[in-house]
Amino acid sequence: MELTGAEITVRCLAEEGVEYVFGYPGGAVLNIYDEIYKQDKFKHVLVRHEQAAVHAADGYSRATGRTGVALVTSGPGATNAVTGIATAYMDSIPMVVISGQVPTPAIGMDAFQEVDTVGITRPCVKHNFLVKDIRELASTIKKAFYIASTGRPGPVLVDIPKDVTQFTTEYEYPKSISLRSYNPVTKGHTGQIKRAVQMLLNAKRPMIYAGGGVILSDAAKQLTELARLLGFPCTNTLMGLGGFPASDPLSVGMLGMHGTYEANMAVHHSDVLVAIGARFDDRVIGNPEHFYQEERQIIHIDIDPSSISKRVKVDVPIVGNVPEVLTEMIKLIKASKEKPDQAALKTWLTQIELWRSRDCLKYDRNSDIIKPQFVLEKLHEITGGDAFVTSDVGQHQMWAAQFYKFDKPRRWINSGGLGTMGFGLPAAMGVQLAHPEAMVACVTGEGSIQMNIQELATCKQFNIPIKIILLNNRYLGMVRQWQEFFYGERYAESYMDTLPDFVKLAEAYGHAGRRIDNPAEVEDALKWAFSAEMKDTLVFLDFRTDQTENVYPMIPGGKGLSEMILV
Amino acid sequence: MRHIISLLMENEAGALSRVAGLFSARGYNIESLTVAPTEDETMSRMTIVTRGSDEVIEQITKQLNKLIDTVKVVDLSDGEHIERELMLVKVRAEGEWREEMKRMSDIFRGRIIDVTDKTYTIEMTGAGHKLDAFLEALDKSALLETVRTGASGIGRGERILKS
Ligand SMILES: Cc1cc2nc3c(=O)[nH]c(=O)nc-3n(C[C@H](O)[C@H](O)[C@H](O)COP(=O)(O)OP(=O)(O)OC[C@H]3O[C@@H](n4cnc5c(N)ncnc54)[C@H](O)[C@@H]3O)c2cc1C
Ligand SMILES: Cc1ncc(C[n+]2csc(CCOP(=O)(O)OP(=O)(O)O)c2C)c(N)n1
Ligand SMILES: [Mg+2]
Repeated sequence: MELTGAEITVRCLAEEGVEYVFGYPGGAVLNIYDEIYKQDKFKHVLVRHEQAAVHAADGYSRATGRTGVALVTSGPGATNAVTGIATAYMDSIPMVVISGQVPTPAIGMDAFQEVDTVGITRPCVKHNFLVKDIRELASTIKKAFYIASTGRPGPVLVDIPKDVTQFTTEYEYPKSISLRSYNPVTKGHTGQIKRAVQMLLNAKRPMIYAGGGVILSDAAKQLTELARLLGFPCTNTLMGLGGFPASDPLSVGMLGMHGTYEANMAVHHSDVLVAIGARFDDRVIGNPEHFYQEERQIIHIDIDPSSISKRVKVDVPIVGNVPEVLTEMIKLIKASKEKPDQAALKTWLTQIELWRSRDCLKYDRNSDIIKPQFVLEKLHEITGGDAFVTSDVGQHQMWAAQFYKFDKPRRWINSGGLGTMGFGLPAAMGVQLAHPEAMVACVTGEGSIQMNIQELATCKQFNIPIKIILLNNRYLGMVRQWQEFFYGERYAESYMDTLPDFVKLAEAYGHAGRRIDNPAEVEDALKWAFSAEMKDTLVFLDFRTDQTENVYPMIPGGKGLSEMILV
Repeated sequence: MRHIISLLMENEAGALSRVAGLFSARGYNIESLTVAPTEDETMSRMTIVTRGSDEVIEQITKQLNKLIDTVKVVDLSDGEHIERELMLVKVRAEGEWREEMKRMSDIFRGRIIDVTDKTYTIEMTGAGHKLDAFLEALDKSALLETVRTGASGIGRGERILKS
């Protein structure tokens, strides 16, 4: 049977088992919207800005592991989506973005709402396509989902000209796909895995450094098993939090610029470092020259060969999929007669406990101003550590990462690589839709929340009862902190005058809100937000926090892991 | 170090801009780039001449491999290979130049492919350094115009780049 391009597009999404499409209509995609109207296989969520559509699809994906889907129109629809796409690209999130394009004869004519979407997005997608021939539409969408979700995941954009959505062709959805130019490796090299295992068994001061790759590949189980089997300490990157339970005694928390003293010291002084799905980011290792340690050996497991030896030379590279490689390693370790030197390991763990006792995350618990850290500790307590927590970008993000101790993967949802303010609220929408019964908290700042505040309307329309935890310090706090430390306290444009009354604002959108000025009210407000009574209501909590609180520890730019500023 | 990298790509619209974009986005040096379809018209072959430390070249080949349209990448400089470039040179061919230019072209095994009263156009192929040497040897005041294709490269003997 012949179908139109618009019908085919919608059928393909249904074939892929898509549950939600986040989007915004416009001229170039009207045919597709007309078909969406006629079907009931998936739901469409009308956002209030295309950036939010992409972040919501992103949040949905991070919380489920499935491929997120966004749909935008040509021109401004596509350019509005770019920040969202770049955000997903930097954090390797599987996503398919469908954009409308002007009709094929109009391409290149500076037509109304024409931009070179494929050209604009090329540097921030895993791959993209312009579909000029309707006969290639179904196979292109199939390829898009395949590429987005395999290997190192990432966003794939499919640009569809309007006339292609009108033309008709015989429809058949390809059952499987293989591309001669794209064959991601999954199984690690056996010889390299053996070498790595031997190195681990010989280690005296071992350290596991686990990143976002563990979350992306659903390998928390294997990682936890490996660490416990060997009794090795584990640190997680910002993107890897929850990949190893924070409450496990072997966990030393996050490493890097705002990582814990114990994590950074342990990585610095380790003799064998095993990086698992982590990419030696500059926020993690600081200056590669300061990071380098003559006597330390590094094992690096990553599915993307270009992540390996990019910033740091490694001794044992293993290209492969984390769960497969770890399963192989665990098998070899169990089969081996050797065990790590227990006396050395004990000395090492004792040293780590000494570093831990420095209590690097301490803050003033007796303050009569609300401390942001306190709010997050209470949030953890009241949600039983079981909430999905999204965040925006800034100090509040770092405190959430430090103080909400994540025991499970896919619970911590934030923009690490691009650091996109405005991510938190739309991402939380995607998370809540994916898990309607779950507690979803969006930890944000008064700067960040205003970057996509319009989404409060989407939350109302689609009954998305997230809880917004605003740590309102009346400053672009992270900027203020840098200005305090490195710019002689010249606070250039980091103070925001005339903030809205957030409670009234939330109410204006049809939600509930409360302002909290006093530490004694914190617990009560959180209990209210997460109460059965408010289960179906979006609650906006405006916590007036200490304006001058800083995030510690901190590694200043250009320094190494042992050169932290501590409280 | 100078490297000559060969790659086979799907002959898709935009493949060239993905490669060019990769080099500019990551700040890699690009000395020349040639591209044309192969005997299998679904694929095109590129030759890229670049410079960089071993680490940079390693990243370049990995990043090229990572492009979804890339079928195969080899660093030809890793082994025995042949490199050729085509150059067209227009020179003055009046009076005493006329004999001199013919003689120079012969010495460098060029071919004169266009002749007017006033000019010769010489075609020359060879490794880049040979073409450089020819230009060096020419009297600058006789040189009117040059156009070069950039290098194409191929492995020697059994070294074959195929999907
Ligand atoms: C304000 C701010 C402060 C920050 N401070 C810190 C900080 O103190 N500490 C910190 O850690 N980060 C910090 N970040 C985040 C930082 O910028 C990076 O985003 C983050 O460190 C990268 O995490 P990652 O190394 O785990 O890599 P990711 O970006 O999560 O990349 C995942 C890696 O795993 C690989 N991979 C993917 N799938 C698989 C698979 N199936 N098998 C094997 N490998 C796979 C990928 O190829 C990639 O190399 C901060 C960000 C912001 C905005
Ligand atoms: C879109 C965007 N613009 C600018 C920045 C730079 N930036 C990083 S943190 C920050 C301040 C964020 O302020 P706020 O949301 O109030 O959070 P706080 O640091 O105060 O907790 C800014 C401006 C960014 N990350 N993203
Ligand atoms: Mg703030």
